[in-house]
Amino acid sequence: MRKVAIYGKGGIGKSTTTQNTVAGLAEMGKKIMVIGCDPKADSTRLLLGGLQQKTVLDTLREEGEEVELEDIIKDGYRKTRCTESGGPEPGVGCAGRGIITSVNLLEQLGAFDDEWDLDYVFYDVLGDVVCGGFAMPIRDGKAEEIYIVCSGEMMAMYAANNICKGILKYADTGGVRLGGLICNSRNVDNERQMIEELAKKIGTQMIHFVPRNNFVQRAEINRKTVIEYDPTHEQADEYRALAKKIDENKMFVIPKPLEIEELEALLIEFGIAN
Amino acid sequence: MLLRHTSTEVKEREGLTINPAKTCQPIGAMYAALGIHGCLPHSHGSQGCCSYHRSTLTRHYKEPVMAATSSFTEGASVFGGQANLLAAIETIFAVYDPDIIAVHSTCLSETIGDDLQQITRKANDDGKIPEGKHVIFASTPSFIGSHVTGYANMVAGMADQFTVSTGEKKNQINIIAGWMEPSDMREIKRISQELGVKIVLFPDTSDVLDAPMTGKHEFYPKGGTTVEELKSTGDSLSSLALGCISAEPAAIALEKKCKVPFETLDIPIGLSATDRFIMALSKAGSVTVPDTITADRGRLVDVMADMEQYLYGKKVALFGDPDQLIPLTEFLLDLNMKPVHIVSGTPGQRFEKRMHQILETRAPGTNFKNGIGADMFLLHQWMKNEPVDLLIGNTYGKYMARDEDVPFIRFGFPILDRIGHSYFPSVGYSGGLRLLEKILTAILDRQDRDALEEKFELVM
Repeated sequence: MRKVAIYGKGGIGKSTTTQNTVAGLAEMGKKIMVIGCDPKADSTRLLLGGLQQKTVLDTLREEGEEVELEDIIKDGYRKTRCTESGGPEPGVGCAGRGIITSVNLLEQLGAFDDEWDLDYVFYDVLGDVVCGGFAMPIRDGKAEEIYIVCSGEMMAMYAANNICKGILKYADTGGVRLGGLICNSRNVDNERQMIEELAKKIGTQMIHFVPRNNFVQRAEINRKTVIEYDPTHEQADEYRALAKKIDENKMFVIPKPLEIEELEALLIEFGIAN
Repeated sequence: MLLRHTSTEVKEREGLTINPAKTCQPIGAMYAALGIHGCLPHSHGSQGCCSYHRSTLTRHYKEPVMAATSSFTEGASVFGGQANLLAAIETIFAVYDPDIIAVHSTCLSETIGDDLQQITRKANDDGKIPEGKHVIFASTPSFIGSHVTGYANMVAGMADQFTVSTGEKKNQINIIAGWMEPSDMREIKRISQELGVKIVLFPDTSDVLDAPMTGKHEFYPKGGTTVEELKSTGDSLSSLALGCISAEPAAIALEKKCKVPFETLDIPIGLSATDRFIMALSKAGSVTVPDTITADRGRLVDVMADMEQYLYGKKVALFGDPDQLIPLTEFLLDLNMKPVHIVSGTPGQRFEKRMHQILETRAPGTNFKNGIGADMFLLHQWMKNEPVDLLIGNTYGKYMARDEDVPFIRFGFPILDRIGHSYFPSVGYSGGLRLLEKILTAILDRQDRDALEEKFELVM
């Protein structure tokens, strides 16, 4: 079972990319579980064709009741197992602690057990690694490979670099490795070259360049992944390609995050200065 | 030799505390809250916090200490403790019927960002606080400051959340009690009465934590500052804050809210600090000091003069809380003793400055440290390097005293293995006399024990 975590700046398209890639892997016949680690609980909407009704942490609200795995894990597109960590309302409680609690609960309930015959587990984690809770999926024994979704926009690259710092901390003592950067294009000038260069400097690869296509949005409005909504669409092939590259990926590294000056120099060289 | 691993060589330490000379903020908040009449302290956090604070207070006072808890579960730490606290407030008023609930936070509720002001307001808006009842709060994360900080925060909360100024001045003086024993608070009230100054003392744990055995258990003993008294502090002529660390924040809050001017004094422990207290109170209340008080003072001075030969130059190590250590150090100097090592786990430059002031000319070589790195291990090391004739501190000092074979006087918080602190004051001239008697007894007992047969004196 390969355990994968997807990180990236908020709003970069992590959940969309994850679900579309998962759909690609599912099409290849892989058995996958997706764990949404975002209090908004919208990381599995496209695979399920709607929002998950009950999150892992919802079960804590009604303490005393026996929690069953079936209540919190639903089958989505091609039997992908979908679950949402959930969490507190904005502005209260501790979302980070929520992720720790929910991952522990899933383990206790046997969500990762052999009987499910999983090929992949995907953790889709919100935004930056702002505190220890959001790093739960990369603690030792949890996710072993990480992909960072980014674009050629400065803040997205900045966030990607920051996430590498988080990975580094756990990579030193545990088994977690960076599998690559996924460029989710925003049509920035020289975007592909810039991310390739960033990847090189960090010591990893740009595993795939996902071109921008408004069709993704249309599928999303219809609560479907592109592959499900229109399997013949060219964008569906992009996600299939990404899925295949991840499945065949052999390059797992301990990242070497850049100093901020280096990052800025990169931007000047490829983008803004021209 | 329970502390046989304590080394003599003092090495620079970066990140290790051994036998800290302080404890958690909430214990101070809980103690302060017990000084309000009909108040149930409430710990907003997990159960363990509340149990520890209750049991330590109970062990120190040998009285049952009641407090409630929000009983955080894993769910509460994720979703926030609002639901728990709202339910707790409702239950507490329905079942235990206090006049006031004094809520303090804990490390967990602070870290997840629970806002006690917002939650208590919501409790009020939702009608969970019955007419005429009150909920006050203080933010008391243990990873900041010490138990003294927690005490100061809760007392400041009382001043800030209760006081109202009606515009009509009352002929009374507020005395804000720094961390002291119920016996000390009782003595402060007695002295004020003797002076003829009407005061409002808050908090006031006398008749709460030193309540008499009557055969009937009172959930809320008769002592404690009442809500009416607390409200009226906004109309008082002025405030005297006894303790720059534990009491002054409340005086500042009162000045800010109701424009009551204040003066900060040391807790009146020993001769000089008591002199300043008596003078300040007589001035604030515009009264002359009666002969009875002057006579009390005379008696203390008389004993100091009579017994000075036994105390002169005797070296003392002391540890504890800032507001006690300041006047105690000054008293030791007044007795011509030599405070050589002083440690307090409570951080703060204020304390450092004040101690420096006192020691600068009269005992310039004194080892003194507070805050990070100032622990009992360091004190013990200092004692090994420069032995002392007397150790003064809380119960935890007994290990050092035994290992170093040094006479030991229990003073401060907590005292878990002796009684007396809640019944006999150490403030005022009579409190000074009691301290002096304890010091003398410890020193003279040691002199007797160690005396050669031919030097074993009948008259001392």
